[in-house]
Amino acid sequence: MDSKSLIGTYNKKGQKIVDPDYLFFEAPRERHFMTGSEVVREAIKRANVDVSIAYPITPQSEAAAMVGDLYVEGYVGEYFRGENEFAVMSECAGASFGGARVFTTTSGPGTLRAYENFPMWVGSRLPIMLNMMVRGVNSPLSIQPDTLEIGLIIDTGMLIWHAESAQEFFDFLLKGFLVAEEPDVHLPIAVCIDGFFVSHTKDDVLIPSADFVIPPYNPYRNPMPAMDMESPPVRMMRDPFVMKSNYISYATQASWQQETRAACERSRKHTIRLLGGLIEEDNSDAEILIVSSGTAVAQGREAKRLLAEEGIKVGIVKIKTIRPFPYEEVRQATKNAKIIFVPEFNVAGWMAREIKSTIPDNHRVIAGPHVAGGMTMPPEVIVTEIKKVLAKKKETVHG
Amino acid sequence: MGKEKIKINPEFYDIMPVEYQELVEEGTYGKEDRGWKDVGESKELIEEHSLCAGCPESIAFRYVLACLPAPEDTIMVGSTGCTSLVFPHVAVHNIHSLFGNQNAVASGLKRALSYRFPDKVKDVVVLAGDGATVDIGLDMTLQSWFRQEKFTTICFDNELYANTGGQSSGLMQKGFVAKMAPAGKKFDKVNLPEIAKVSGCHYVAKMTVSKPNRVEKAIRQAILIAREVGPTYIQLYTPCILEIGKQMMEGLQEMRDSEGPNKRFEFEEYISEEAKAYLETIDPKKKKKKAITA
Repeated sequence: MDSKSLIGTYNKKGQKIVDPDYLFFEAPRERHFMTGSEVVREAIKRANVDVSIAYPITPQSEAAAMVGDLYVEGYVGEYFRGENEFAVMSECAGASFGGARVFTTTSGPGTLRAYENFPMWVGSRLPIMLNMMVRGVNSPLSIQPDTLEIGLIIDTGMLIWHAESAQEFFDFLLKGFLVAEEPDVHLPIAVCIDGFFVSHTKDDVLIPSADFVIPPYNPYRNPMPAMDMESPPVRMMRDPFVMKSNYISYATQASWQQETRAACERSRKHTIRLLGGLIEEDNSDAEILIVSSGTAVAQGREAKRLLAEEGIKVGIVKIKTIRPFPYEEVRQATKNAKIIFVPEFNVAGWMAREIKSTIPDNHRVIAGPHVAGGMTMPPEVIVTEIKKVLAKKKETVHG
Repeated sequence: MGKEKIKINPEFYDIMPVEYQELVEEGTYGKEDRGWKDVGESKELIEEHSLCAGCPESIAFRYVLACLPAPEDTIMVGSTGCTSLVFPHVAVHNIHSLFGNQNAVASGLKRALSYRFPDKVKDVVVLAGDGATVDIGLDMTLQSWFRQEKFTTICFDNELYANTGGQSSGLMQKGFVAKMAPAGKKFDKVNLPEIAKVSGCHYVAKMTVSKPNRVEKAIRQAILIAREVGPTYIQLYTPCILEIGKQMMEGLQEMRDSEGPNKRFEFEEYISEEAKAYLETIDPKKKKKKAITA
């Protein structure tokens, strides 16, 4: 069964299966004013999802519950509430091993509770779509926006995309399934948004008709056999599980890890086509740049406007994919910059670290401003930081 | 479907591994009355095991595979432990993902398969050790039963963590001195069969593997009931002879010594009313009687 051959037919719910490119780029869209949680409902409604498993944790609970409504309405094949995030991600793994398109959501401490599953998903080549509505993971308890958890999953091997707005979120969710399920990629994908800032605020979103869906997942377009006993079973496991202590088993393990990382890199070509590039540049030939991802970029854009009023020119580089990281794109986009500011909603500054490890002359990178634990980052904070650094470095920049 | 899915294209027959050729020619996929007596008579679905010589788990594993009612449509879920060394040799699709999450994986798998194949029966069978089932995975074991997930859970109970070198487990007997219980285990062997009954299992059996007929009947019943009624649980004593100081020929005797009256592995079986009613509908003797009276 080729998914493409299903284009023009109808799914169980009676939605018309359309060419994804048509849905993404051509189908008429209507303007809606909705929250990020509602965006999840609208995207999943058009995603031909077979199985979704939910667990409550703020701020993703509302979205996860709305997927349940879609199940009752017949848009999602199977749905239940799991017992905790570790189990939920294992249940998602089981469903994905069984050949289903799987969607789930998580946040903050839930992400960390589930953590052991993520490298396993990668090694097992399970193209599960995980929506992370990120929030604080520290103690004392915080449910507020904080992007630290993205930095904590960065090396699991998953694809990681970070959407800035409700519109991007809608598009990333649908396009993410397509990229993750490509046979030469076939990896789990985390589509991240900043909790509350995107999940709970309303924004304009252009969406196509719910009469259309992307083609269903085809588990036989898969570099690994689906665990459904529809293909021959013989002396094999789904993952290269060789526990013997010899050179061949070490080489198998090592080369498989390299292969999964290579698969992540191979996602670039599909992603660039669908997202129009891994980064977005705005005036990036300026000597002062703001480089970040998520809503930190939105705040940066406001800071750029405020600074322009004072005659200070600033450019913006938005990073859309954290994994694969757009190394070459970032090097190119920052090559004329003298100072690079990396505003972040976390205490660690993982994005600044990523950029520092990517570009030459990385003394140009100013890791900040940072806010954490749910604090907002008014554009004025970025403006103040930039002006403070400029005052110190005046000679370097203007001299 | 029998062997439809595994048959070899004649063009490639001679380059296929001999074990695969044997599987096609002498395997028991699709055989209606398959059971433990096929062991030694036909190609087994375990190519070879990599357990210790004389390990009772190895024969238990072979019985389980020989007694699956429909291996051609069975997917097994394992967990980390001694069994995970055997699974790579097993000729049914099987999943190892993490340690302790086997009943969660099986829940997702069974739901996905039921959705994808509404007109077919796909059996899901979990096979894991006692550490995986009762300690690290207890939450997910019980939750899958509470949710009435339709698959069978088999626990190879060797009363300790064997694969990591003999540490104390929840199913170990009270007072037993082991690694991580240096002064003797302080609490009783967890009574999972009793917990299984009140947690929603429709069939529960506890036994050793000294009597293959009994194992066969339990496996078949558990899987058939799981298909139609709800979750089922079987706990099999597979002593770790290495860690309890037995020789490789002493495993069988150890099991016999542990299954006598009032011993901890005395045979116990529980069948819910719903499951009993279901078993009657598929009992060939009863079916015959009905046909006569009708």
